[in-house]
Amino acid sequence: MKPPKFAYHAPAALEEAIQLLERYQGNARVLAGGQSLVPLLNFRLLAPEALVDLRKVPGLADIRVSQDRIHIGAMTRQRAAEVSPAVRQHLPIMKEALGWVGHLPTRTRGTIGGSIAHADPSAELPMVLLALDGEVFVRGPSGARTIAADDLFDSVFTTTLAPGEIIAEVRIPPMDAHAGFAVEEYARRKGDFAIVAIAAIVEGNAERCTRARLVAAGAGGRPVRLRACEEMLQQRGLDAQTVEAASRKAAESVTPTADPVASADFRRHLTGVLAKRALGRAIKLLEVPSHG
Amino acid sequence: MDDFVDIALTVNGKPYRGRCEPRKLLVDFLREDLGLAGTHAGCEHGICGACTILFNGQAARSCTTLAVQADGAELLTIEGLAGDGGLHPLQQAFHDHHALQCGFCTPGMLMTALDFLNTVEQPTEKQIREALSAVICRCTGYDNIVKAVAEVAKAKQG
Repeated sequence: MKPPKFAYHAPAALEEAIQLLERYQGNARVLAGGQSLVPLLNFRLLAPEALVDLRKVPGLADIRVSQDRIHIGAMTRQRAAEVSPAVRQHLPIMKEALGWVGHLPTRTRGTIGGSIAHADPSAELPMVLLALDGEVFVRGPSGARTIAADDLFDSVFTTTLAPGEIIAEVRIPPMDAHAGFAVEEYARRKGDFAIVAIAAIVEGNAERCTRARLVAAGAGGRPVRLRACEEMLQQRGLDAQTVEAASRKAAESVTPTADPVASADFRRHLTGVLAKRALGRAIKLLEVPSHG
Repeated sequence: MDDFVDIALTVNGKPYRGRCEPRKLLVDFLREDLGLAGTHAGCEHGICGACTILFNGQAARSCTTLAVQADGAELLTIEGLAGDGGLHPLQQAFHDHHALQCGFCTPGMLMTALDFLNTVEQPTEKQIREALSAVICRCTGYDNIVKAVAEVAKAKQG
C-alpha cells in the first residue's frame, strides 16, 4: 500500500503546470489536496509518470463574490469553503453538502476543484455544482474557457477536460435568498461514499413552484438531473401528493448500475426515498419567510 | 524518476529537515525518517483515521498526504500532545474512562478529538459521535471514548 514511483513537480505558476501536463502527454496527474488521488496511488490503481502539485501556484484558493457569481478557487480546501461566510450566505446548499464530504480531517486537505475534477459519480460536490448551474473556469494549452457543469461530467471518474487543462476556479450563481433546499444522503457510515445522495432546490411557495432542481449522485455514471421530477413539481405545485408522485418519477427516471455496495434496484429505491425526504425539508424552508 | 526531494517542516515545535522520494507518505516520513512512531499507519487509504495528525492546526490524514506536501508545514503529532506538566486533558480523560484497549486507534482518536473540540464549542453527544466516526476503533465500542471527549468538552466550558 505505497505509491509507485513518479516524478514530482510543484510549479509556481499555472502556465508552468499546463506546460508540464503537456510535456507528459496525458501521463501526469494534477495533485490538489490528494484525498482521492493519494489513496488511488496507494492502491496502485494509478501509476502516473508524474504528479504536478498545485500547492505553490498563488491565488488558487480565494473565494470572492462578483456581481453575479461566487468564485471559488480550485485549491480552496473543502473545510475553508464550509466555514466561508460567502458560501453560507449565497450557496447554503453547498455548505450543507460539504458536511457530507468525507470527514473533518479529510476536508482539511481535500479541495473543491479536486473533487470536481475527480468526478466520482457518488460525490456531493459535482452533484451540487450541477444543481446550482455552476461552471468551471479552465486554463489549458489552447487558452481559457468555461465549461458548464452539465457539459463537464461525462462518465465515471471522467470529465470533458482536455489533456493539459486544469480547473482554476469554480463559478456559481448565488442562490435565491428565499429558495428552499436540502441535501439527503444514504451511506453505511456517515462520511463514507454515498450510496445515493440528492440535492434539491425549490423556489416559489407552497401552492406554486416556480423552479425545482433535483440532482442525484450515485444513481448513474455521473450526477443526474431528475428532470421528470422537476417538471411535475413545476406543473402541479408542492403539495404532498405531487411530492409523492414526483419522487416516484425520480426513482423511475434513473438507470443506476449494480456494484458490490448496492444493487441497481436499491439505488433506484433510494433515489425515490431521498428525493421525497429532500423535498420535504426544502419545502419546509420555503414556508419560513427568510433564512440563511 | 529517482529524484529525491528536500523537506523542511516543524513537528511538535521542533524544526526538522528530511530528504525522501516524492512518493513517500507523510505517515511513513514521520515514523521512519523522523522516528516519531506514535502516529499509526492503519488502512493507508484515508478510511480508518489511525494516522490523523494536526496539519497547520487542523486534523488531517497523514496516509493520504505525501511528505512533500508537508514541506513548510507545522505539524502536531501524538508525541507533542502531552506537555511538561503531564498528560493532556484528553489523554487524562481517555485514561480515566478506559477509552482505549489495544491502543492502535488512540493517537488518531486523540488528534481528531483535539481538532473537533477546538472547532465546535459545546458539542452535543451526536456531534461528538459524528466527529469520532472519522476514526475506526475495533475494541471499545466507542462509548467510553465518547464519554471521555464529552467530559473534556464540558470542562472546557468551565
